[in-house]
Amino acid sequence: MSELRDRIQETIDREPVVAFVKGTHEQAFCGNSERAMQALRAVGAPFTAVDVLPDPAIRQELSALSSWPTIPQIFVRGELIGGADIVQELAASGELETTLDAKLGDGWREGEERTIALTDATPNQFRIVS
Amino acid sequence: MTASIEQLLRDAFPDARQLDVTDRTGGGDHFHVTVVSPRFNALPLVDQHRLVYDALAAPLDDGTIHELRITTRGDT
Repeated sequence: MSELRDRIQETIDREPVVAFVKGTHEQAFCGNSERAMQALRAVGAPFTAVDVLPDPAIRQELSALSSWPTIPQIFVRGELIGGADIVQELAASGELETTLDAKLGDGWREGEERTIALTDATPNQFRIVS
Repeated sequence: MTASIEQLLRDAFPDARQLDVTDRTGGGDHFHVTVVSPRFNALPLVDQHRLVYDALAAPLDDGTIHELRITTRGDT
């Protein structure tokens, strides 16, 4: 397993809600990434975004891990919930909140949106970019 | 392109009760597909969408489909 794949897996395991997107939580460069993040916001779920654009290998390794070919990908407590269509559908039906309650317990509404990078170039493994 | 996507889905879901392919932008690379099939019964949405991605793996891999929206439902 590559080092990058390990770091992606660690991020998925560590972050309660993580969204692999094109762009950042502040600026998505893809309509689907924006839709997924808006769906999380609609239920008041803070999330950690990971930008896949800096290195094509991120997307390759992520898809190899998740068996999901497209971006965005949303994980809750280590489990792939889906892409934009699913997250939007679950948010609209109320199931997203049920899932967050079940997987994260009380308190999942606390926290801040942020974006972290998975770059090799920085001394810290996880660099807050915005 | 719409027709060939529809054919791939028909091959993968021969028992589909509903199967729609919409070219969302008219540009021939942004599609919305809807599949209603008993094959999805009792499957989580993630696995339902994976079956659709599997069916369309070739046009997704070669970039023919640039963006894909998926709606799936079981047939109960």
